[in-house]
Amino acid sequence: MNNVLEVKNLNITFDTYAGKVKAIRGVSFNLKKGETLAIVGESGSGKSVTTRSIMRLLSQNANVEDGTILYNGDDLIKKTEKEMQKIRGKDIAMIFQDPMTSLNPTMTIGKQISEPIRLHQKLNKEEATNRALELLNLVGLPQAEKRMKQYPHQFSGGQRQRIVIAIALACNPEILIADEPTTALDVTIQAQILDLMKELQKKISTSIIFITHDLGVVANVADRVAVMYAGKIVEVGTVDEIFYNPQHPYTWGLISSMPTLETEKTLYAIPGTPPDLLDPPVGDAFAPRNEFAMKIDTELEPPFFEVSDTHSAATWLLHPDAPAVTPPAEIRARQALYKEKFANYYGKNETSVFSSENEVKGGL
Amino acid sequence: MEQREKILEVKNLKQYFNEGTKNEVRAVDDITFDIFKGETFGLVGESGSGKSTTGRSIIRLYNPTDGEIDFEGTKVHSIKGKKDMLKFRRDMQMIFQDPYASLNPKMKIRDIIAEGIDIHGLASSKEDRNQQVDDLLKTVGLNPDHASRYPHEFSGGQRQRIGIARALAVKPKFIIADEPISALDVSIQAQVVNLLMELQKTKDLTFLFIAHDLSMVKYISDRIGVMNSGKLLELAAADDVYNRPLHPYTESLLSAVPLPDPEYERNRIRTPYIRREETDEPEALREITPGHFVYCRESDIPALKEKKANYTK
Repeated sequence: MNNVLEVKNLNITFDTYAGKVKAIRGVSFNLKKGETLAIVGESGSGKSVTTRSIMRLLSQNANVEDGTILYNGDDLIKKTEKEMQKIRGKDIAMIFQDPMTSLNPTMTIGKQISEPIRLHQKLNKEEATNRALELLNLVGLPQAEKRMKQYPHQFSGGQRQRIVIAIALACNPEILIADEPTTALDVTIQAQILDLMKELQKKISTSIIFITHDLGVVANVADRVAVMYAGKIVEVGTVDEIFYNPQHPYTWGLISSMPTLETEKTLYAIPGTPPDLLDPPVGDAFAPRNEFAMKIDTELEPPFFEVSDTHSAATWLLHPDAPAVTPPAEIRARQALYKEKFANYYGKNETSVFSSENEVKGGL
Repeated sequence: MEQREKILEVKNLKQYFNEGTKNEVRAVDDITFDIFKGETFGLVGESGSGKSTTGRSIIRLYNPTDGEIDFEGTKVHSIKGKKDMLKFRRDMQMIFQDPYASLNPKMKIRDIIAEGIDIHGLASSKEDRNQQVDDLLKTVGLNPDHASRYPHEFSGGQRQRIGIARALAVKPKFIIADEPISALDVSIQAQVVNLLMELQKTKDLTFLFIAHDLSMVKYISDRIGVMNSGKLLELAAADDVYNRPLHPYTESLLSAVPLPDPEYERNRIRTPYIRREETDEPEALREITPGHFVYCRESDIPALKEKKANYTK
């Protein structure tokens, strides 16, 4: 599969009165054609900043210190604002978290949906209206013709999110960025919107970057998952690899701290709080909250270790010289299930991408 | 099931807004349930189902349109006189959803937590007051040295701990927690939930836990009530609600909860909820098996009993 988007070594800082906040610290990932990549992490981990930088929607005090964002081979960071305006909404579209505030309250929804169509596709008013009608039918809004003339306040939250999706899909974008699109919705409405997004993706083969902190939603929509912590991706893999064979202690913590409908015993909780990115800790940023932390975690940042062709994690625990640790019970159960179910493509486990092993031996 | 002591009885509670006008809203429409001493009662439902309104009526933030709420045998809405009202306010406390909006930004943490202590005169001296605040901070896992700080210096999870410490300060018997973890990150949610469960054990508390996150409610609750459009549709032990649901709305709601399990998600089948046509036969909350109540018609009972019996687990 070819990559529609390649983010390489992205570093972003924010100027604040207290100093430079290092919000994104060397993020690299690829987005393949037609896939859904979920980015998970807690607030402040940098998932929204990463995607906003792709859309070039960062605030004034943000600086892209380093890195490239290649969209079909073109670096988006080097584009002028005028060039970006041709890409935004046409090639790369975005769905925001809050359907209540992402629509213009003074414009009919028909007009709001035709806006990107007229702008990017140079259709006349009538053609644009017809296309808008088509889109509203596509996202399953009943009585589309009548409702085109209505204003956002006349719709419920779920309906508004459908409208926002219709606007985002108006120009058949190659990449759709969905930033917590269902967080503000009730579970039953959330289920409908997720189904809708999957169905539409099949129809127009868009690549989706889905940002969320809800692991249940991730399990539902994602093909691949990237876990972010303190401005870095710490683990990336297919949805099965992340949920059934997670390797990073932070991923372990995230998965174990969500109760399943079966959880009876005390819920696992990750101790402490995320680090202050004004002054990120030396070594592994997760070390202070990590019960499996070793001496080297406080000294040297872990590189990515490959678990399989599609799965890698940045934790020293995967180093061949690291002592064997026992993950939380919930994770052990999942890993056992993984070995049983996915035995066929259970890949290599110990290959390290870190070559100069002797160098780090002393620290372990 | 053994006969347990009831701490709270909600009888035919109705809470209408804009009553008698064109836009009358029946937020809570004739609901009845009890909460036993020492248990956690979970109230779930989608937004607009009336779950928060129920909580607010119980703690007397609203005056109900009709119905009665008994707390330890006293009718909550007939409490008159400052002294009795103070006692009620001390026995029943609330933890709010938004840890950012529920703490006064101009007050120090010490004074926020001690406000109840001051009002109820629970401290004998200034030293005693400080000591109590320090102990409360330690109880909720915060550093007592932080008592002189202001709310903005704390993270969401820490603020929610402060809210919990404030509720505990007056040594209540009953705590209403209205979506106490919805605004928090996943890793912090688990910390706060574990804290609440531990406090319940050590301080002999009864909880009314209002939330829309069904897996968290199942985990924390002993019994659960499912609300929709102002009505209580199902009421049973947490395990029954999740593994042996009888009302189609409960089934639909459960079928929509996403779980962190890709294999399960790929095979998930959602059941849509279609409301039945109304007939002349009245619907009410009826007991199907001991402790398992469903909002249904008299004629539904045999079928529901059979449905319950057919669950294998």
